[in-house]
Amino acid sequence: MRNSWREGRFSIEILVDILIILLIGTGVLFSAVTALGLIRLPDVYTRTHAASKSSTLGVLSILLGTFVHFWFNEGIFNTQMVIAIAFLFITQPVAGHLIGRAAYMTGIKVAEETVRDDMGPAIEKRKNNQQEELENE
Amino acid sequence: MILFYWIALMIVSFSFAGLLFRLVKGPTVADRVVALDAIGVTLVSIVALLSLIIETEFFLEVILLMSILSFIGTAAFAKFLERGEIFDRDPR
Repeated sequence: MRNSWREGRFSIEILVDILIILLIGTGVLFSAVTALGLIRLPDVYTRTHAASKSSTLGVLSILLGTFVHFWFNEGIFNTQMVIAIAFLFITQPVAGHLIGRAAYMTGIKVAEETVRDDMGPAIEKRKNNQQEELENE
Repeated sequence: MILFYWIALMIVSFSFAGLLFRLVKGPTVADRVVALDAIGVTLVSIVALLSLIIETEFFLEVILLMSILSFIGTAAFAKFLERGEIFDRDPR
């Protein structure tokens, strides 16, 4: 072990392994937090928040760990992984936003603990504006 | 190192089971769609960990494909919930 440290051959492998363990550990932690949030939180909107934010970071970390493993340990630079990481990073929050908006439009009530609701007045205002435009025409 | 991958796969699979619970129980349709979205993302990470464990790079194409399909499915479900149809010509 000590000889290999001096040669500098094993040390980079150990550093890469530590990096992979940190990345995959973060990802697994955030995946577990996602499941906990989806089970425990009270209504759709808070569940959307838990699912989109923490699962994005979780899967991003796991994919980065896999990418680093295949790059440094196997010598494979997989470009599809890079595309998948960028794609998930862009689309996952958008998907969460879409579901939350659709849920509000279909009239699902917010939880009782909710302090304020900005979406309802905004929709009312937009409807009134549209009616005024129709009347002016 | 392989033991670490196995433990990570086990924890992710347990969180997958928790998401399945929300998918079955969810009071509204939107809850189930949220759970399906999270299940797709968790499935992506399960495939990544599986490809680390059995040491093959051929599964990595599945990752990109499944992330794209998961997003398309979620967008289609959201539009269906909001308007009642997926393909329409009404510009709004």
